[in-house]
Amino acid sequence: MTAAADARAVGARVEIRDLTKRYGGGNGVLALDGLELDVPAGSVFGLLGPNGAGKTTTLRLLVGLARPTRGSVVIDDGLIDPARPDRRRGIGVLDQEPRYYGWMRGRELVEMAGRLHGLSATVARQRAAEVLERVGLADAAKRRVGGYSGGMRQRLGIAQALVDRPRLLVLDEPVSSLDPEGRRDVLALIAELRETATVIFSTHVLTDIERICDRVAILDRGRLVTEAPLDELLARYALPLYRLVPEPGEDAGLARLATALRTVPWVDRVDVDGVGMTVGVTDETTASRELLRAVVAAELRLASFERVRPDLEDVFLRLVGRRAEEPAA
Amino acid sequence: MTATAPAAPAPRANGGGSGFGVLLRKELLESIRTFRLPIVAGLFLFTGLSSPVLARYLPEIIELAGGDQLGVLEIPTPTALDAVDQLVKNLAQFGALAAILLAMPLVSGEKDRGTAAFILTKPVTRRAFLWAKLAGLAVVLGASTVIAVIAAWIYTALLFEPLPVAGWLWLTFLVCLWLFAFAALTFAGSVVTGSTAAAAGIGFVALLGLGIVSAIPGLGKLTPGGLLGPATELAANTVSVGQLGTNLFYPIAATIVLIAAAVAVSAWSFGRQEL
Repeated sequence: MTAAADARAVGARVEIRDLTKRYGGGNGVLALDGLELDVPAGSVFGLLGPNGAGKTTTLRLLVGLARPTRGSVVIDDGLIDPARPDRRRGIGVLDQEPRYYGWMRGRELVEMAGRLHGLSATVARQRAAEVLERVGLADAAKRRVGGYSGGMRQRLGIAQALVDRPRLLVLDEPVSSLDPEGRRDVLALIAELRETATVIFSTHVLTDIERICDRVAILDRGRLVTEAPLDELLARYALPLYRLVPEPGEDAGLARLATALRTVPWVDRVDVDGVGMTVGVTDETTASRELLRAVVAAELRLASFERVRPDLEDVFLRLVGRRAEEPAA
Repeated sequence: MTATAPAAPAPRANGGGSGFGVLLRKELLESIRTFRLPIVAGLFLFTGLSSPVLARYLPEIIELAGGDQLGVLEIPTPTALDAVDQLVKNLAQFGALAAILLAMPLVSGEKDRGTAAFILTKPVTRRAFLWAKLAGLAVVLGASTVIAVIAAWIYTALLFEPLPVAGWLWLTFLVCLWLFAFAALTFAGSVVTGSTAAAAGIGFVALLGLGIVSAIPGLGKLTPGGLLGPATELAANTVSVGQLGTNLFYPIAATIVLIAAAVAVSAWSFGRQEL
């Protein structure tokens, strides 16, 4: 392998400093406020946040579609620069809800993307065939894009983003239109890419992040709430959780228990849903001793009681105060 | 993972150019696949064929439509000049409408659909994006005009007399300039406003406004409207280029300046826009 190929085998490093975007002048909407991020080379980096958090604005600034009000984005010390067309090679971009030329065939669109990246016609044709196969669109490659479903357009978008074998892949909600099987395949594909590219992708679906991300940044109302490796985030912010499912007809007992638990200091939160109750606790030792006593005191009959693994949803809820799919107020 | 020092991207087969060639090919393919070129060329062909025919048979048509009731009004025998005049008027009106309709969605439509963002996140300059669109538009209008002029020349030769080709080359050039002027103004509207409807409005206001200005004595030859008279006269061989002098030079120069200004505004505005 040559030195150049060696370098290309590692993704790009991204440094975001004080990145701020205000739409509509001085009194306009502050979409992003002083974002600071370091995205390591070769990582799969998830941008997480509710709608309106600033995820898409961040990505648009990252790929040069918008200009920052303040701050900077530096990719590989400026070797890749989205603001300069001659240094834009090395970035693959997938827009949210991608829409392409309906009159083009899928293969033609990916080939054109390759040609625009400077690939020769022959190489672009070969690469287009490769990436269309990789995203599961080989059979539809000769069909017009206008006849593609939303999921197919999203796969096509990923194919065109991959055609130049980018070192930085920027994907805005890359699996939002896919069915569960497509979602699994595309997430697996993104996970594979960490060997050759840095992937930054936005989502409000926490399980997507948990499946493939090395690092996560949580945004809310244009500000960075936290940023860390996924494991560290879970260890730092995820509280021990208990799941209690009552016997049928125990609604009154469940309500009594919820009321009682909300008054004790070692309980952080109590969520009652249609099936049962999830209890987040701050002191695991006390909880393991006291929780069942509280159940007995509330005269609640349980069908099941278990300690559950906290997930990113819990971290998110704790940090942002609402669920990821809920829009910013 | 240990990151090796990143290297500059390897040189590409095409030198990593501005993307103009690829984008122009896309524009031309789009013109064919979306039937823009066939439809406009067909309409222009019809205009080219029908103009000499209408000029030649207009007296008979009027007579058949009850012209005998017009009494003593005598319709002069049509000549090749009438055929050329009819052609230029038809191309100027229908052609300008076609130019406006073709140009109005070119940039605003791509911005709305998100395809401009798809293209401009690639190593492509914004100027190449605009130039490819303008070149594609010019090819559609130019090719359609050539088709119309060839058809009209043949029918004029058959129905009246063969006229010198040089004059018809001038006609083609001058009509193309006229059409490009409205295409460029509408295109600038599409870029600057980002709205297809607003671009159409700008195109139609320009058509109306320049029509009014060109009717003002002395000002006509400083507008694109000043192109049409010389186009007719040169094609009908009633005057030479030398005889026209500044009456030919001024409208050509004014139209080129207008087109250049529209293109410059488009490039300036597009270079500052967010997508």
